[in-house]
Amino acid sequence: MILIRCPYCGELRTEDELTYGGEANIARPAETVSDEAWTDYLFMRTNPKGIHQEQWCCSAGCGQWFKVVRDTVSHRILDVWKFEEVSQAAEEVA
Amino acid sequence: MKIRQYSLRALALCALQGHRDWPPAWRTPQPKSSYDVVIVGGGGHGLATAFYLAKHHGVTRIALLEKGWIGGGNTGRNTTNVRSDYLFPESAAIYDLALRLYEDLARELNFNIMLSQRGWLTLIHNQHQMELAAHKLNWLKCNGVDGEIIDRAVVRGMLPHFNMGRDARNPVLGAFLQRRGGTIRHDAVAWGYARAADRLGVDIIQNCEVVGFEKSADKITSVHTTHGRIHCERVGMAVAGQSTALAAMAGFRLPLTTHTLQAMVSEPIRPVLNHVVISPATGVYVNQTQKGELVMGGMLDLYQSYAQRGNFPTIEKVLSAVVEMFPSFGQLRLMRHWGGAVDIVPDSSPILGPTPVRNLFINCGWGTGGFKAIPAGGLMLAHSLATGSTHPMAQPFGLDRFRSNRLVDEGAAAGIAH
Repeated sequence: MILIRCPYCGELRTEDELTYGGEANIARPAETVSDEAWTDYLFMRTNPKGIHQEQWCCSAGCGQWFKVVRDTVSHRILDVWKFEEVSQAAEEVA
Repeated sequence: MKIRQYSLRALALCALQGHRDWPPAWRTPQPKSSYDVVIVGGGGHGLATAFYLAKHHGVTRIALLEKGWIGGGNTGRNTTNVRSDYLFPESAAIYDLALRLYEDLARELNFNIMLSQRGWLTLIHNQHQMELAAHKLNWLKCNGVDGEIIDRAVVRGMLPHFNMGRDARNPVLGAFLQRRGGTIRHDAVAWGYARAADRLGVDIIQNCEVVGFEKSADKITSVHTTHGRIHCERVGMAVAGQSTALAAMAGFRLPLTTHTLQAMVSEPIRPVLNHVVISPATGVYVNQTQKGELVMGGMLDLYQSYAQRGNFPTIEKVLSAVVEMFPSFGQLRLMRHWGGAVDIVPDSSPILGPTPVRNLFINCGWGTGGFKAIPAGGLMLAHSLATGSTHPMAQPFGLDRFRSNRLVDEGAAAGIAH
């Protein structure tokens, strides 16, 4: 069972109360980029076995989206932070 | 006396010897330094690839590398269901080819895969689903695949323990039935292909993990493994949930995310359920194995995971749905639960054929439905590895479809989101 404390409302939520939003930090490129770059943006994912930066939504609670660093094997949550903040753990991974 | 061919006569002869003379079903070779083809992944798709490559294309210098034991990944973790009621002509062609090959596979491999075409029912709970079923049936007729819509009374006759009472949470108007759908002993598919491939000279090397590729001018020249370096002319990969990492080693990206798909079985009981049944209201499906256990599964876990283990939120969802469908099953105890790492593609269709690396060919992206496609997936990858070109049936499923925006969106037809 994944438990994440929402950085906005401060409540500890179970995975059933949250919505997963996939890989974080994927920036939409300019519309003038090549088809290859656009395909990469739309479809290609890093999908790591291990540390992953991802987006979750506190959907059964305050409704805010936030970012998480999680291990995709152990499911351990390493950091949770707001979109406007910078994560120490995420910096170290990068 | 070593008996190679399985038969009633062989069984009788070996019984007289106290069953001491059965040879191992396949060899345990050390890898050679060089092969024509290296196949990465010893699940159903990889093993089938090796078999068809040797049988249909006469390629004999083949190594199949498996990091664990053969059939220990998704091939040994699925719910053994087979069917071919897909919507689009491209998908129907490939999944029905798989089912037709499965129908003759026991004979072809000389290995009993215990195919049981007991009928695959997708329940219809409301008028909207009835219209969708009629729509799907029309597509299936166009595609030359069997299917029919049965009414409530027929469903009641086929599923006597199903909750059809006034208190039922999900009323049943009828069901979509594919009679050729059913189950297969999943381990037997892996073992049968492995034994048959081994007899054609394929070296099956277990506990051998690929750790890197050596490339020269967009071509792989050798594969680095935990058992050393292997030179090769062509490489095929069929590693499902691990595809992204292997592709990264070869230098390209895939439109995949890896998720956990769970399943569970009850204790074994006498026959109570003769068909496979899925409820679209809950996404939960159940059938009874030939040993008597009830096999149950549901939706995949929506967050990415390589955990290959089950968890309680999904167990609760699946079991509560099963008990709602079959209240008497509430008396049973759960015996085991587990998870596999499945490779989910945005359009719920496989990725087959060439990659940006010139001599590397791929078979992945089957998501939650790979077991039913094993013979066709193997045939397609074998064709690519032998000829360097893409089989006509695999053309719509190339990796290039994401760039050309020609997706084969099967999410609607699969009966369950995957």
